[in-house]
Amino acid sequence: MSTRLINWFKFSSPATFYPLAGRLVPWFSAIAVILLAVGLYMSFFVAPTDYKQGEGYRIIFVHVPASWMSMFIYVVMAIWSGIGLVFNTRLSSMLAQALAPTGALFAFLALWTGALWGKPMWGTWWVWDARLTSALILLFLYMGFIALQGAIDDSRRADRAGAILALVGVVNIPIIYFSVKWWNTLHQGASVTVTKGSSMGQVMLVTMLIMVFAFWAYAIAVVLARVRAIILEREKDTTWAREAVGGQR
Amino acid sequence: MNASSLGEFFNMGGYALYVWGSFGATFLVILLEPLLVRQRHRSIVKRIQRMVRLESGVKR
Repeated sequence: MSTRLINWFKFSSPATFYPLAGRLVPWFSAIAVILLAVGLYMSFFVAPTDYKQGEGYRIIFVHVPASWMSMFIYVVMAIWSGIGLVFNTRLSSMLAQALAPTGALFAFLALWTGALWGKPMWGTWWVWDARLTSALILLFLYMGFIALQGAIDDSRRADRAGAILALVGVVNIPIIYFSVKWWNTLHQGASVTVTKGSSMGQVMLVTMLIMVFAFWAYAIAVVLARVRAIILEREKDTTWAREAVGGQR
Repeated sequence: MNASSLGEFFNMGGYALYVWGSFGATFLVILLEPLLVRQRHRSIVKRIQRMVRLESGVKR
């Protein structure tokens, strides 16, 4: 059809996506570096001292973005897994596989920075409350997804098994998000919500959002770079892959 | 923040361990993960190049 400007199906082929991803990685890396530099500067030199938590609250600028990313990446991973399961498209499953390690790292960082925040403010590194426990389960889901895929030799079967695990695990995401509402948790309620806006100061909120966008750009860059490696690993016997890496025929 | 000295800045109002522990771990991950990904990409590229070389060597 002449009205369609971009043929999206073309990009669902690993052979066309590989060079496209290669062109996108430097851009998203550059955006990530710039936003991280600005975000870091604002985190320490622009954002004011909190009247209650002093300088300790600055952990928020890495804790909240990491926690959001850990949940968001999981949803994206489950969507790609689902698409791969339904349409049997190889690239979707490869994207899901590329997202998992980055999501797991963000889930780990959410727990790590949360522990370092909980100790001075609550007096404990860890409690088994609903928010913390469901966040820990998220990390286990990522690790389970990675381990399951790694344990199955046939990559198409590994994709299907992983996809089912990812899709079943999605149920945990609303549990994490609403845990502070549904249960009486030690973890505080959401500071920023879609419906009620933000209860934070303007400068603090802007700083946090810059860090959120920085983490987004970072995640896109690193996942695209990883999917390139995964594409080559799976397509290593094809002619295009051999030509792409500059091996003579 | 209004730190009058470098020492006061690094002290983070007594929260040094927690603040630097959080930011440190985050940036360690952000620096290391791309390096690991780059290593993974390089190793598969080298492997394919080796395979191509081996096969063309057999044909000759």
